[in-house]
Amino acid sequence: MAIPTYAGPLERAWYYIFRIFCVAVFIFLIAPILVIVPLSFNAEPYFSFTQGMLTLDPGAYSLRWYEEFLTSDRWLDSIKNSVIIAFFSTILSAALGTLAALGLSRSELPFKGVIMGLLISPMIVPLIIAAAGMFFFYSSLGISQSYVGLILAHTALGTPFVVITVTATLSNFDHTLIKAGASLGATPTYTFFKVTMPLIMTGVISGALFAMMTSFDEVIVAIFIAGVEQRTIPLQMWSGIREQISPTILAVATILITFSVIMLTTVEILRRRSDRIRGIS
Amino acid sequence: MKKTLKLSTAIALGSMVVAGAAQAAESITVVSWGGAYTASQRGAYSDPYTAKTGIEVLDEDKSGNGLAGMRAQAEAGNGTWDVVDILEGNALTACDEGLVEEIDYNEDLDKGADGSFPLDDFVDGSLSGCFVPTIVYATLFAYNNNAFSGDAPKTIADVFDLKKFPGKRALEKIPGANLEWALAADGVPYDEIYDVLDTPEGVDRAFAKLDTIKDSVVWWDAGAQPPQLLADGEVTIASAYNGRIFNAQVVENQPFTIIWDGQMFELDGWVIPKNAPNKKAAMDYLRFSTTTQALADQAKYISYGPARKSSAPLITTHIDTGVDMNPHMPTNPANFKTPIKKDAGFWADNGDDLSERFNAWLAQ
Amino acid sequence: MSISVEASGDLAPEEQKRLKADLSRSLRRNKIRASLLVAPLVIFIIVTFVAPIGNMLWRSVDNPLVRDFMPQTTLALESWDEQELPDEAIYAALAQDIIEGRKAKTIGKAAKRLNYEKGGMRSLVMGTARKHKKIEAPYKESLIKIKKGWGDIENWRVIKRLGSSFTASYYIAAFDMETSPEGDVSFVDEKEQIYLKLFWRTVWMSLLITAMTVLLGYPVSYLLASMPLKTANVLMILVLLPFWTSLLVRTSSWIAMLQAQGILNDLLVWLGIIADEARVQMIYNAIGTVVAMTHILLPFMILPLYSVMKTVPPSYLRAARSLGATPWTAFWQVYLPQTVPGISAGAILVFILSIGYYITPALVGGQSGQFIGNLIAYHMQGSLNWGLAAALGVMLLVLVLGIYGVYNRIVGVNNVKLG
Repeated sequence: MAIPTYAGPLERAWYYIFRIFCVAVFIFLIAPILVIVPLSFNAEPYFSFTQGMLTLDPGAYSLRWYEEFLTSDRWLDSIKNSVIIAFFSTILSAALGTLAALGLSRSELPFKGVIMGLLISPMIVPLIIAAAGMFFFYSSLGISQSYVGLILAHTALGTPFVVITVTATLSNFDHTLIKAGASLGATPTYTFFKVTMPLIMTGVISGALFAMMTSFDEVIVAIFIAGVEQRTIPLQMWSGIREQISPTILAVATILITFSVIMLTTVEILRRRSDRIRGIS
Repeated sequence: MKKTLKLSTAIALGSMVVAGAAQAAESITVVSWGGAYTASQRGAYSDPYTAKTGIEVLDEDKSGNGLAGMRAQAEAGNGTWDVVDILEGNALTACDEGLVEEIDYNEDLDKGADGSFPLDDFVDGSLSGCFVPTIVYATLFAYNNNAFSGDAPKTIADVFDLKKFPGKRALEKIPGANLEWALAADGVPYDEIYDVLDTPEGVDRAFAKLDTIKDSVVWWDAGAQPPQLLADGEVTIASAYNGRIFNAQVVENQPFTIIWDGQMFELDGWVIPKNAPNKKAAMDYLRFSTTTQALADQAKYISYGPARKSSAPLITTHIDTGVDMNPHMPTNPANFKTPIKKDAGFWADNGDDLSERFNAWLAQ
Repeated sequence: MSISVEASGDLAPEEQKRLKADLSRSLRRNKIRASLLVAPLVIFIIVTFVAPIGNMLWRSVDNPLVRDFMPQTTLALESWDEQELPDEAIYAALAQDIIEGRKAKTIGKAAKRLNYEKGGMRSLVMGTARKHKKIEAPYKESLIKIKKGWGDIENWRVIKRLGSSFTASYYIAAFDMETSPEGDVSFVDEKEQIYLKLFWRTVWMSLLITAMTVLLGYPVSYLLASMPLKTANVLMILVLLPFWTSLLVRTSSWIAMLQAQGILNDLLVWLGIIADEARVQMIYNAIGTVVAMTHILLPFMILPLYSVMKTVPPSYLRAARSLGATPWTAFWQVYLPQTVPGISAGAILVFILSIGYYITPALVGGQSGQFIGNLIAYHMQGSLNWGLAAALGVMLLVLVLGIYGVYNRIVGVNNVKLG
């Protein structure tokens, strides 16, 4: 945004105030993330900067918490669990969500509003309520404190993202393409994989990424229904904050932030690729 | 190639799930409080137990919700916990509701090292049917030495005196202990506290006293928070479990001092849930972890007093620092001059009402 | 979509009929096909998500404990008129229930349930059960001798009231009300009211947080939308990075930032704005909750706003200016109205997410920053009063669905976009 040439002095002042305000908001957004990184090298077992850290004394910094993370069975198990649970629940939500979005995009579908409301309800209902209900219900089915229970719960929470992103992609979708495919003699399956799929793939992938992050970051449902063998990363962090405050969680957070940056870059590359395919830029 | 890679990943992940499930047969799940406390149980009980039997011990940090978890598992008829560490009061409730196994003390537990029967050896009156106490612990006040240059607080009344000892206080976000201390600070003799608290006027009096410091209180709800709050300088005096303060003092070299006056002591120990999946191993673990020696060994890791009289002479030094553990024990006569015994029965009866009142008071 | 067939004079009536049938068959087939695509997820959501919530609904009115574990007393009390102490037969039924319940270890469950309604009931029942050996005929006399409470008509009324299979008592408690011994429902004492107060606080703090995200999010979204795409995408990472960083991590980093000895206070002291002794309490209170939650929810405002602002052509603003509008008029009359869908989509998302928050208030909220979600969790895991937790959950759910319904009526769900 450039300042227009016809701007008066008042407008110029506004322009700079606006810029400064935006910079402040960006600092607000990013500062807590940046604070985590140096604190994870704290030599003391507390969450605050020590005098030594501020004077850049090398003795006040250590890799102690990274070492603890890498040598702790609990943390390594929690990573394994989070990966297993996120993997299966992402695949399930992507598959179920994409199918449903394909159905929702058809104008013939009856009760569309009701169905849409139902399908995105996991996003609307406060998590504490869902977690409480699942705790009772899954216990009575005997699947609380099991991988199956947690995977099903996370799948339910992840599907709305897939439904929303894929439906959005489909709303720009040119349905005559399918008819064109059919008129050229392609079977519906062939058309789906060769025409529809590549075009909605961006929506599916970004929805799946949202679903994956949901599962990866979800703590409330996990608190209620995960057992000792399903301890996930957020659950381990939760107990790290409450039961045994230790900067190990900051070390893990730093690693996860690095992971997020990689993921974000991936998404950005995907978006550029899809824009190229659609011929936007 | 790409496809096979994906497939093999899926299979590998799948088999990890299966492996996780199969493992359960050779392991037991022990539920406890987490942190330094679970670590002390690991050192004194679980690791030696695994070394002896080959049965792995899985730690779950859910004692804070122990009763809720056992109820849910009983209701579902689907137990996953084998041994649960729980407070005496909750153990009484669990026993009343039939959630936990009854223990035949002289049969199921080993005799003391001095040959005494368990029923004579454990803290008097603590073997109430289902519960096997392992430790005596105290909730008490501690302060940061850097906070007070002149006089230091010595009594409960000092803790409530914001003029003489300025700064914030950290208190646990439950009515238990806080109401007792409020009455103690208000001049009620320690042995009459529960008589006063059993009347509506007494409850009003306790809340009125708490009102005088309410604006200066930071509320905590997990045992690890008070040492953190003291170390960060967020508060000057904090209520805490004595073992956590010990850990900060001795292991982390924090400048903390304990106020032993008015320490609220209570018992904590094991129960076996009715629907424990590996009951035989659980009973075996119960016997193994409550011998005279095992209880004395736990005191090498954390400053909680063993619940068996025969263990007391065997208390030695801290395993990492070599500090003599005896002066740090809540049951040491020097520290045990003016304690308040937490009345588990009183709280079982009045806990619901007082918690409602306390939560409403907090929200005002 | 409606399909109408226009009859043309060229077709024979039977032809027309056939064509109509064909069309409607094909329409039906498409309908079924579309439904089949949606069906797996609908079934999945119903089983894994809706059923648990239905189960909770049930729990908020279900009341089996007294009826199941004091069956004879409940039955005998049915014909009791509540005017004076029950007769010997009812005391005998109670004696039986207590003796059998003690043996089966189930009487504790009934006692706990009674205690939710009236403090002291637990010790009355359990104390009697512990002295079961002393219970003997005549039971009335013997029971009153063991525990005086059995001579108090109020206790009997509580047992009778809780003996029914369904109860409104959890909802009564959730509305800060109580049932008097005479059966009248009224608000509890002012100093014991809590839930309505917390609901109200949750709503207004969520509104405040929503307003904060609009205030902070709108200019930033505008900046992003008016930049070249490549620059905007790079700056977007600053928005998305916190969005994708664990909630727990962000909350704990706010603890490190805001506490009295934390970074912000250190900075203010260092800059000489405040004295070292006068550090500001910014955490473990409502401020901490609002700041941390605004940070956590801000991306949920920026993303939909940004995607709407991208679609507003900048030429409109220029046109307004060239027609003589002041910058303020141009913004207020031309630009803002076109971004309202983005504001409302972001606002509903932020508001609904924040109203059900639990983790952040629990960690940084202290006493004045607690939300209703914290009390639901407390009753789930602390007090174990699951019926009350369920009733509070249902009330929160109704509130959220109501807000959502109003939003859907005004704006429509399909406007919610995620970047």
